[in-house]
Amino acid sequence: MNNTVMLDPTAELKPVERQILPRLETLSGATVGLLDISKPRGKEFLDEIEEHLIGLGAKVKRYTKPTFARIAPKELNQKISVECDAVIEGLAD
Amino acid sequence: MNQLSSNKFTIVLKKECPTCELIEPVLRQLVAEYEKNISIYVQDDLTFPRSIDKKLDDTSLEFSYANNIEIVPTLICSNDNEEITRTVGWDKSEWRQLTGLASLGEDLIDFKPGCGSKTQEPGMEEQLIARFDKNLLSSRNIPLAESEDEMESCFERGWSDGLPVVPPTSVRVIRMLKGTHRSPDEIIGKIPPDNLPCTIEKVAINAVLAGCKPEYFPIVLASVEAALQDRFCMHGLLCTTYFSSPVMVVNGPIIKEIGLNNGVNALGQGNRANATVGRALQLLIRNVGGGLPGGIDRAVMGNPGKYTYCFAEDESDEQWTTLAQDRGFNRQDSVISLFAGEGLQPIVDQKSRGAESLAKSIANSLRTVVNAKLYGAADAILVISPEHRRVIRDSGWTKENFKEVLCENLMMPGANLIRGAQEISEGMPEKLKDKILSKFRDDGLHITSTGGKAGMFSAIISGWVASGEKGSQIVSQKI
Repeated sequence: MNNTVMLDPTAELKPVERQILPRLETLSGATVGLLDISKPRGKEFLDEIEEHLIGLGAKVKRYTKPTFARIAPKELNQKISVECDAVIEGLAD
Repeated sequence: MNQLSSNKFTIVLKKECPTCELIEPVLRQLVAEYEKNISIYVQDDLTFPRSIDKKLDDTSLEFSYANNIEIVPTLICSNDNEEITRTVGWDKSEWRQLTGLASLGEDLIDFKPGCGSKTQEPGMEEQLIARFDKNLLSSRNIPLAESEDEMESCFERGWSDGLPVVPPTSVRVIRMLKGTHRSPDEIIGKIPPDNLPCTIEKVAINAVLAGCKPEYFPIVLASVEAALQDRFCMHGLLCTTYFSSPVMVVNGPIIKEIGLNNGVNALGQGNRANATVGRALQLLIRNVGGGLPGGIDRAVMGNPGKYTYCFAEDESDEQWTTLAQDRGFNRQDSVISLFAGEGLQPIVDQKSRGAESLAKSIANSLRTVVNAKLYGAADAILVISPEHRRVIRDSGWTKENFKEVLCENLMMPGANLIRGAQEISEGMPEKLKDKILSKFRDDGLHITSTGGKAGMFSAIISGWVASGEKGSQIVSQKI
């Protein structure tokens, strides 16, 4: 007979899961944010993406995280969510 | 007598106790006098006392625990369910006074001390708290199925770093919590990467998993508080593709108090305190924070220090300032410092007999941190061995003098370091060509000392490439 009872070492909580917003049906006239996370060569990569997006009729706004090592400041997240319909993040080098 | 006639008497006994055996005639006398108002609890063997028919079973110790019985026999006198007074052991005059029976125990000696209650046996207290104090702990209980192996079930539930863990039973967790005065339900902070609130109890459970003793628990708590300091950037450190993870250096009286290794093989295996304190933080980040390798932990290779990386400084040279002192603490403070680092790069110098030569020699090795052509990228801890420390001290130098000369020898013209220089693409930006560059940023090089007395070897713990304000800086927390 095993009488062992253990205590759960986990947080017993799920991290907040956010719903994905509805996808854009067209890029034409949409404002797309490009977030550079400050990794080397991020700018060059996002320059290329910007060119493609403009070609598809989107407006582009550029943003930069102060450092890739830390999560984005809340103010930056809010600014992007207010100014853009969609955002693309340059996640790594 | 009238006043006493409404009193109730409760007696707690155990067979193992010679004093309890001695007072058997007294019990018979009391039962005869107060039949309905007397309750006799037995902690171990209900066949005892033979001559008494009506006995209550307290082999679970529930009554004894609830009534704080420390000695047997205990006689409690109560009225309207309120305890008025109690006596322990056999003291004839006290028993007579409490029971109002002037002839009680006529044939017995006047006094015989009692024995320890079964509730006082070593390790029993935690078992009783676990059994009867249901409000102390709030974590979910996980009962194991009959066929489940406790060690294997911890692996299966994903609680392990790959090595066996100690199954976190409530008794073990209660024992761990005895290492602190803090309440189990106090929130210590939010553990990255999931940023979920973490109680002292959850830290204790993970310290049990790691194999800590209760006396290590204050260091574990301090290490968690250090890791949660914003300047340490635990979230980013966990997520990085780089090798780094928390490296812990302990200073102060706690080293001796709990037996941390600061001598032979200080950074190696074989010492429980070193091994388990470092492991506890890693397990907490895994289990509470959700920081799983291959999940949000994206390390290309990782490093073996991600199991555990904790050592103590050798503080035997009073003239040599400790890492904690360099960080603004007193020598008498117990302090844990956390550094985002990895690995150990040895430095061999068996020829230098003066501090000047040794500084130049060590500076040569320090230049290779991360990449010999990258300057100001990563911090480092230089770990000086006792023999190298002796060389420095015999030259009449302090640690401060030594660090100054080290730093002078860690300057390099940008032209040698820019991308393409030395026919190597990696390097510093072209714009720094005409500058003189320092290998480490200000406050980027830390020095500590530890290890065995023999061997002219020091070592480098290289830091995260995201060192400094943009990423992680060394943090220290008083224990």
